[in-house]
Amino acid sequence: MKDIILKVENISKQYRLGTVGTGTLSHDLNRWWHTIRGKEDPYLKVGETNDRSSKGNSEYVWALQDINFEVERGEVLGIIGKNGAGKSTLLKILSKVTAPTTGTIKSRGRIASLLEVGTGFNPELTGRENIYLNGAILGMTKQEITSKLDEIIAFSGCERYIDTPTKRYSSGMTVRLAFAVAAFLEPEILVVDEVLAVGDAEFQKKAIGKMQDISRSEGRTVLFVSHNMAAVKSLCTKGIVLEHGKVVFEGDSNAAVDFYLTSDSNKTNTDLLSRTDRRGSGELKFSSVSLLDDKGDSVFEIVSGESARLRFTFERIKEITTENLVFGVVFRDINEVKVADFYSDEMGITFDKVLQNGYVDLEIPKLLLRGGVYSLDIVVQNGKIAANQIDLLHDVFEFNVFPGDYWKSGKINRATNVAIIDARFRE
Amino acid sequence: MEKRSFAEGEWLYEIGPKNNVFSLNFKEVWRYRDLLFLFVKRDIVTVYKQTILGPLWYFIQPLFTAITFTIIFNNVAGIQTGKVPSFLFNLAGIVVWNYFTACLNETSDTFKKNASIFGKVYFPRVILPMSIVITNLVKLGIQLLIFIAFYLYYLTQGMEAAAGWTIIFYPLLVVVMGLLGLGLGMIISSMVTKYRDLTFLVSFGVQLLMYVSAVMYPMALVKEKLSQLGWLIEYNPLAYVVETSRYLLLGEGSVSAWGLTYTVVVSVVVFFLGLIVFNRTEKSFIDTV
Repeated sequence: MKDIILKVENISKQYRLGTVGTGTLSHDLNRWWHTIRGKEDPYLKVGETNDRSSKGNSEYVWALQDINFEVERGEVLGIIGKNGAGKSTLLKILSKVTAPTTGTIKSRGRIASLLEVGTGFNPELTGRENIYLNGAILGMTKQEITSKLDEIIAFSGCERYIDTPTKRYSSGMTVRLAFAVAAFLEPEILVVDEVLAVGDAEFQKKAIGKMQDISRSEGRTVLFVSHNMAAVKSLCTKGIVLEHGKVVFEGDSNAAVDFYLTSDSNKTNTDLLSRTDRRGSGELKFSSVSLLDDKGDSVFEIVSGESARLRFTFERIKEITTENLVFGVVFRDINEVKVADFYSDEMGITFDKVLQNGYVDLEIPKLLLRGGVYSLDIVVQNGKIAANQIDLLHDVFEFNVFPGDYWKSGKINRATNVAIIDARFRE
Repeated sequence: MEKRSFAEGEWLYEIGPKNNVFSLNFKEVWRYRDLLFLFVKRDIVTVYKQTILGPLWYFIQPLFTAITFTIIFNNVAGIQTGKVPSFLFNLAGIVVWNYFTACLNETSDTFKKNASIFGKVYFPRVILPMSIVITNLVKLGIQLLIFIAFYLYYLTQGMEAAAGWTIIFYPLLVVVMGLLGLGLGMIISSMVTKYRDLTFLVSFGVQLLMYVSAVMYPMALVKEKLSQLGWLIEYNPLAYVVETSRYLLLGEGSVSAWGLTYTVVVSVVVFFLGLIVFNRTEKSFIDTV
């Protein structure tokens, strides 16, 4: 018999968009009026699938729709999907932070989450006091904490400061202490969300190692959410892929990662050609964008400072000469602020064969962007004047940059989502 | 780690869209009792860090309020407080009233103030308002100390000792006050998550409420002088608690069996109503707060 520890049945979650105001009160009253007459909630029917790029008519969206899956004891389940696919919402529901709109989750074990480490840390309290407070918030009893106190302090590497208020700690020390507490939780099911994105390289290694320990040697069940496909492949035994709040794939973790990567590039292929929000005369149309790493593999994430190649594939819709083609790329940060742009005419490049090939590459010997999520706008125009656009598309591609070590100082650069300029302080 | 084994169809717990009205999970609250006391400890330890006078502030606030009341209501307005010195009379009222307002004000902020914690980790939400009520008990205890100090002082000045064995009921009154503050606070905190309007209502409503809660005058006085508004006090459970607490401490005022029964019933009802409303809100407030 399969030892099912967690069963998720028909989980859906609806969110209301916009702000809370007088309209909310009238909806609440209407909902209440339906309830006392024993009728169904009128707003449960109107929700739309959650696709933030397309404009919907309804104020309500489904962040998750009919999610079903089972997890066996000892399994490590990877949950993957693009930003906004519903991963975090799912984890929030699993860790009881918010309730689902419909459906139930049945569990045979205590769930604890590493959604955010250091929750409830009080800067006025000492490290030791914070270990107790944070541990208790995460569900440990005082006795459990006391029995593990020495181990926690040792793991954090903050022995000297343990009786000092945490407001005197460096931010790195605070994170280490917080992670140390979380690492010694002993729930039957552990939920981990991108903890690997915080802290320095050494700390990330420690965190991954601890997760491997938990899942492999202790046989604990782990739900792991990440954008790091390599980590998902190596850590997880099973994977599910979320897209627009629905499970689109469930199975072996390698297969899930492959499914995610291919389905994603397929999607951009079809998406770009079918997009209607483009501007320009339309002799050429972009059909897909991909990011290639130094081995030529299509990726969605790259480490800052590594070489990369952006490939823009297009289709010739009408006859056009290559003489005056100018390609342009704009990098934007997560808040859509421009961080860098490139135009081919400035580089003195003419495109002789580009129409035969059907693609143009932007070669980047060193990707000098700090850690963060970036999106691209692309344009092809006739000559220097922006008004002579042939094809212009916003937000065609999104990729993740992991912080690197640009100055080779052994220190990981800050992930502030802006471009890096070659510069150096001197005394 | 203990290994649990489960039969087919048997689960440790289920997460559904809504809590049942009466699924108040006392077992879970009990499991988190350590957290409750750690919160209490945190609140007591951290409030007066980096202040010079520290816990002395607990004394200063009621002391000055009592002095002000004595000057305005007794010396200027001429309210009579019987055999008891007016200052002591006011202090007795203020101490118990302070407990109520502290409980109400702080619990009514629970969801909003702790949204960042609640948004990340689950623990029974009711732990936080409960910790507030307990923390304030400590504050009440300290304030009672200054009351006792002044009480002893007035005894040496020739005041008749009035507190008798009935003083043992004083803790019960405090519990009633706590239930009322906690219950009302939980109801308000649940509603504030969506509609912020209530925050404004609470801040000035509590002040107004003090004037109809017999804090600075004996209940009988209003019934006698303002008979058409007497019902305001007649149906205000807080007024009974304040009046009775003063009777227990000073032997001044009246005790009404009907009033006390009414007060206890209202407190218990408000408390359970608060629990139910709070319980319903805690599951999804993070989406609206």
